[in-house]
Amino acid sequence: MAIVCERPKLKWWEHLYLPALAKGMRVTLGHFFKIVSGKKKVTMQYPEEKWDDHMPEHYRGAPALVTDEQDRERCVACQLCEFICPPRAITIHPEEIPSDDKWAKVEKRPQSFDIDMIRCIYCGLCEEVCPEQAIFLRKDYAITGTSRAEMVHDKSKLYEIGGKRVGLVNKWNELK
Amino acid sequence: MSEEKPDLIDVQINGEWHKFPKGTRMIEACRAVGADVPHYCYHPKLTSPGNCRMCLVEMGMPPRPRPGEDPPEPDEDGHLPIGWMPRPAIACANTIAPNMGIRTTGELTEGCRKGVMELLLANHPLDCPICDQAGECTLQEYSVEHGKSESRFRERKVKKPKNVEVGPRIRLDDERCIMCSRCIRFTDEIADDPVLGFTDRGSHTVLTVYPGRELANNYSLNTVDICPVGALTSNDFRFQMRVWFMKEVKTIDTNCGTGCNITVFSRQGKIYRITPRQNNDVNSDWMPDSHRLNFHWIDSEARLTEPLIKLGDSHKPAAWTEAIALASDKLNGIDGSEIAIIASARMTNEELFMVDRLSKHLKVGHVDTVARKGENDGYLISEDRNPNTNGVKLILGLDDPGSQIEAIKEGIDQGRIKALISLQENLIDDAGFTAETLQKLDFFVHSYPLANPTADLADVVLPGACWAEKSGTMINVTGRLQRLNEAVDAPGQTLTPWEIVRDLIQATGGGNGIYSVTDIFNQLSAEVSEFDGITWGQIGDLGVPLIETGVTIPLLEREKERIAQGIIVG
Repeated sequence: MAIVCERPKLKWWEHLYLPALAKGMRVTLGHFFKIVSGKKKVTMQYPEEKWDDHMPEHYRGAPALVTDEQDRERCVACQLCEFICPPRAITIHPEEIPSDDKWAKVEKRPQSFDIDMIRCIYCGLCEEVCPEQAIFLRKDYAITGTSRAEMVHDKSKLYEIGGKRVGLVNKWNELK
Repeated sequence: MSEEKPDLIDVQINGEWHKFPKGTRMIEACRAVGADVPHYCYHPKLTSPGNCRMCLVEMGMPPRPRPGEDPPEPDEDGHLPIGWMPRPAIACANTIAPNMGIRTTGELTEGCRKGVMELLLANHPLDCPICDQAGECTLQEYSVEHGKSESRFRERKVKKPKNVEVGPRIRLDDERCIMCSRCIRFTDEIADDPVLGFTDRGSHTVLTVYPGRELANNYSLNTVDICPVGALTSNDFRFQMRVWFMKEVKTIDTNCGTGCNITVFSRQGKIYRITPRQNNDVNSDWMPDSHRLNFHWIDSEARLTEPLIKLGDSHKPAAWTEAIALASDKLNGIDGSEIAIIASARMTNEELFMVDRLSKHLKVGHVDTVARKGENDGYLISEDRNPNTNGVKLILGLDDPGSQIEAIKEGIDQGRIKALISLQENLIDDAGFTAETLQKLDFFVHSYPLANPTADLADVVLPGACWAEKSGTMINVTGRLQRLNEAVDAPGQTLTPWEIVRDLIQATGGGNGIYSVTDIFNQLSAEVSEFDGITWGQIGDLGVPLIETGVTIPLLEREKERIAQGIIVG
């Protein structure tokens, strides 16, 4: 069904647009004089100054892997993030945890875990889909590199960004 | 199946009346009309112990009149009214009866499924993220359909052995086991190696292997396929790839003359696993482990990826045009009677047809293939270890493939044969040729998927695709024409053998006009009388019987007996 939008009926002086123009000029000039007189500051001297302290809680930066309280890598290489990732930025090669390892009961871990940061669109679906609470989007946003290979975050880089995350569900710590 | 028309009886399923042959299981009747009944323990090829209780359905029969009461009146279609029973019945082990009613939906059936699921999940571990079965697990599927999102049990889950080696190829996780006993019945009834069993009672029941024995028979990996959960997993496939990433291609096994129907699972051009595919005329639902695991060489380092030309003592990479031109120049300079072709019974009918064209075009004196004989294992593995010996007999017209190999060796030794074209056969390792013999040749063309000692001696080495990388047809030992489908791309510049032979024919001045495998098949069906009237599409996924050979497959014969005795559904 088509929606009919009524155009507002304008008075004759409104048709001239001059009052609206003046109103706009007042706002613009107000800012202009405040900045010129040094009463207000709007630019930030990046990179000397950064936004980091003002970052909102929900900010989505670089995805990273985290370890638990006992420094166990939380990721078990279920590859659900690889599956959900819309730009296919994630590549995981799983491996079996050797039987002499402290965490052998978990059985599976990623042998390699690569996120191509050129492809990543920071959507956060990997964090949302993770059944192990192992991948989180952190606040890092300045991801740079001088080659394509450098822009691929490997497992060690991802753990470096992610660090330890405490206070989450630790289902593997139960007696197995 | 008997030839005369079976007795049909009326059964009402979800309010609709249908006719089924007498003796049909209730679960099969429901499946036939699209009312699938969830089940774990039931498998058509195994006996039905009815122990998982997942297939409980509401069932009813016409009420029996009390003494002195009139029997119920049939309606205008002749159906009696149904008195629904208050207790549910298992659909897998019960057969249908005249005028029976089945309800696969409704409060009672749904309630039963919910209850069974809740009990099955009571002790099931939440390790789906690491479980290889995730994605093809019926427990996951039915849990979505009939399960609760949270457990009402407050007790701790029962701990059982995990990660147990029950055999050289199989790992067992007892916590995931739902006691369906399919694996126990398979090893007992099909593989004749009853090493598995349940011990302990109640919620502490565990699947165990008999002390001192292991699940090591050559059909053991079939238990992994039929396990509805992730209790039994294959060591070979363990943690390799999640099932939802893989592409499935229906093709056939080429390790022996039986030609087991298989599904090849691959991702990004790499094969991760092979599973048997049901074909009741070839391999039932099963396949041998030795054949299933024989695919790792396909993406090995030893694969030839570009044509090679011999310069002095070493080979140098060349373009296809260069290699083919060199081969055709040399072959054109040698009289046909001094050329021999050794093709392979591992080639498809289409490839053999092209080989026949080439040999006729060059007027080649000797054409043969390499025979491979082994022992029939009494199940599925045929004594003929070549997948297409019948194709060789029909298309190359050889009565006894492999019988001329010795004559060809002699001919080379005596200098009567100056050039050899060896297609898809490693002559030194598989046909008993010696390096001295092959060195006597003036010119030697060799195509093979892998680098091998024979290729070291060849003047021109052509990389030929392997079975997983090509399409075509083959005829198995029972005379069944089956289709091979391309599952993965061939590496590098590898070409399929039919393309190589076509290029050779064309370069040596022969005719062409062939652009695809189906082109060859059409010509083949026009020229070879046995293929008369058969089209590519007609062969389908399950193949068609082509010739009578009188060969039978032992496992299938035993299965037919068991079906006739009513032990299994089949």
